[in-house]
Amino acid sequence: MNTLAPATATPTHAAPSLASGLFNSETREVRSLDEEQIALSVESLSLYYGNDQALDHVTMSIPTKRVTAFIGPSGCGKSTLLRCFNRMNDLVDGCRIEGSIKLHGTDIYARDTDIAELRRRVGMVFQKPNPFPKSIYENVAYGLRLQGVKNRQILDVVVERSLRAVALWEEVKDRLNGNAFGLSGGQQQRLVIARAIAIEPEVLLLDEPTSALDPISTAKIEQLIDELKENYTIIIVTHNMQQAGRVSDYTAYMYLGKLIEHADTMELFTNPSTKETEDYITGRYG
Amino acid sequence: MNKWWKSGAPWIWLHGGAVSISIIMVFGLLLLILVRGFSHFWPHPVAQITYTLPGSAPIEVIGELRRSETLTGQLMREAGAPIPEEQLFVTRHLFKLGNRDVTGRDFTYFIDDFMGEWRYPRDITVLERREWGDFLGQPVRLLENNRPLNLAADELWPEFRRRLERSTALVDDIRHIERNVIGRINHQLERVRLDRRRAELRDRLTPELEQQLIERREQLEAHYAELRHELDDLYAQSRRDTIVMRVAGGDEVDIRLDQIVKAWQPNAMSVFAKLGFYGKDFLDFIFGYPREANTEGGIFPAIFGTVVMVLVMSIIVTPFGVLAAIYLREYAKQGTLLKAIRISVYNLAGVPSIVFGVFGLGFFVYFLGGSIDRALFPEALPAPTFGTPGLFWASLTLALLTLPVVIVSTEEGLARIPSTIRQGSLALGATKSETLWKVVVPLATPAMMTGLILAIARAAGEVAPLMLVGVVKLAPTLPIDGNFPFLHLERKIMHLGFHIYDVGFQSPHAEAAEQLVYATALILVLLIVALNLTAIQIRNRLREKYRAEGD
Repeated sequence: MNTLAPATATPTHAAPSLASGLFNSETREVRSLDEEQIALSVESLSLYYGNDQALDHVTMSIPTKRVTAFIGPSGCGKSTLLRCFNRMNDLVDGCRIEGSIKLHGTDIYARDTDIAELRRRVGMVFQKPNPFPKSIYENVAYGLRLQGVKNRQILDVVVERSLRAVALWEEVKDRLNGNAFGLSGGQQQRLVIARAIAIEPEVLLLDEPTSALDPISTAKIEQLIDELKENYTIIIVTHNMQQAGRVSDYTAYMYLGKLIEHADTMELFTNPSTKETEDYITGRYG
Repeated sequence: MNKWWKSGAPWIWLHGGAVSISIIMVFGLLLLILVRGFSHFWPHPVAQITYTLPGSAPIEVIGELRRSETLTGQLMREAGAPIPEEQLFVTRHLFKLGNRDVTGRDFTYFIDDFMGEWRYPRDITVLERREWGDFLGQPVRLLENNRPLNLAADELWPEFRRRLERSTALVDDIRHIERNVIGRINHQLERVRLDRRRAELRDRLTPELEQQLIERREQLEAHYAELRHELDDLYAQSRRDTIVMRVAGGDEVDIRLDQIVKAWQPNAMSVFAKLGFYGKDFLDFIFGYPREANTEGGIFPAIFGTVVMVLVMSIIVTPFGVLAAIYLREYAKQGTLLKAIRISVYNLAGVPSIVFGVFGLGFFVYFLGGSIDRALFPEALPAPTFGTPGLFWASLTLALLTLPVVIVSTEEGLARIPSTIRQGSLALGATKSETLWKVVVPLATPAMMTGLILAIARAAGEVAPLMLVGVVKLAPTLPIDGNFPFLHLERKIMHLGFHIYDVGFQSPHAEAAEQLVYATALILVLLIVALNLTAIQIRNRLREKYRAEGD
């Protein structure tokens, strides 16, 4: 199909492990999903935008307090799947869903689901930093204020804790009342993460959180993800396979709305079980 | 040449030319208003001239030169002026003579050829009177209780100034009592009458209540009688002095000092004295009340009415427009019906304003106002309270007129808010309305202010619909005063735009009014600029507050 030489920086010879550039020197025990506690379980999920099918019978389990990365080419449905977990797709006109997603056993697409409550349990961080036009303090306190928390002391404690969790506290503690737009892009993204974890969600969805950031900010966010997984179940969508390799415990490869492979990250990158995955991670995709 | 044509330079010249013509027109207009408007307050010198028409006795002219023009001799001969056959051009001068009550005409043309030497005697005095306009003449002597005072010639003017000050203070006292104190008593007496009538209508008029009301009224009437007495006393005092003036031609005229607002001797004033006089006159114009069918005095009620009306309009139009825009943009289902509504709203902006006036009169004033009267103010009927044109209806009509502007700007502002910000809020568990009110609407406030700025600019300059729904030539009271409920929405108001029309085209003294028209127009322009600058300032502050990165 493609007569041109594949655009890849890595040599195409393989074995014993794939030369994806990852896990060359590193070894650890390969984990299995069967042994994990499951936070979200997706069953036969199909999603349509009007007549276009974006997801095709996806079935998968997301383990608790682990980082799961979704990789795949543009348009493969990984962001769409991510947005199903907090029902952000509901905002899209003509979006239709079949199948089910269970969060700790309860179907989030059940008729009586309180969407606001669901979104409090499943937080989300977007591709581009999107702080509100408020002060840094009010940005972090926003979620709590929505829940009716007015006590200044509680708010102060939560704001400080959240900002410390994203390693932003030292940088902004003297200008908490300054406009959030005055922060750099990387700081803004960490602020947005602080805003998300201030309401202590169970799951944190990260939709390409570093694609608009420079390498230093990216490194900070990745380090942050590593720290946050102690307490949160994290799902990250990324285009950057190195990033997936660095930060995630499990990786799911998606292609054309289908889940192709979902396994321990090291396993998937070094020993993929399908040809399609291997082609993608070695850069032969396309 | 062809190369020049292709380079696009002609287009740049064309665009530049269009811009410069616009700028020249705008600044030309402003300059004209500025020059004409500001010269109104300058104390111009007054000339004394002997004027001899061929074949008649010489007459003396004392007047202020207003303008000169050169006409053809032919034209003047046809008009009946005794111009020699061979003379081609004639210059004539328009003089303001004042003394409307003595000569019957304020302004007269004099032909340059028949005028003698122009002299400017220092003792020529201009008296601005409360009635009959300005008086030009030379002071002869002062009378106290009709007995002449024995004064040296150089003491006459200072003594006159002292006595004028005294009588002005007395007149101000009288004004204050009449306008404020007696006004309040009248207001309270009317309240007593209405209370009685209301009780009567509801069958609750007990003898005790009636007694109470009668007592209240007697108390007020006693107070009134007291004031009346005080007023009579003040009037008598203010009538003490009289000045005898010699007018052109030698006749002597008595003028009571309480009839005089201001007096000045323009020919004897230095430039600095004139500047001081100018400033004071300008302030009097802004803060004074109109006299003589609006052709003299100040325009304070008109400024006040305009500002209050625009503010009430802003208070009405902003919430309405913003709510409508939010519904149209955020909640309504996008479809054919919405498209139709949107087109209707946009077209509403193009409807001639007088149509809004007719609608306001028919619907707001007669229908709504009439219903309000019947429901809430039955005691005042048949005199209407809200069922007659007034401030509230004028503001409401203007709000309707400017609603499309606010809706369109707000909608555009809402459309510009990035969806990522909305999603960020929704992802934190906010409902749609929480997202809207806590994040989206604050971000759109600069756009709302833009709409309001445009609305104010349009509303403040609108006249036609207002004539039907609440603006009058002369309003006896201001819409805000010390009587409960302080803001009187039912009162009629004066308006600068209408004032210009009224002074310029409805006044009996067109010549006298001309400069006043420019001065009033100037104030109107300044007022609109001031209102807009305030709104722009607020918008800039909001923009700064909600400045997004890269915005």
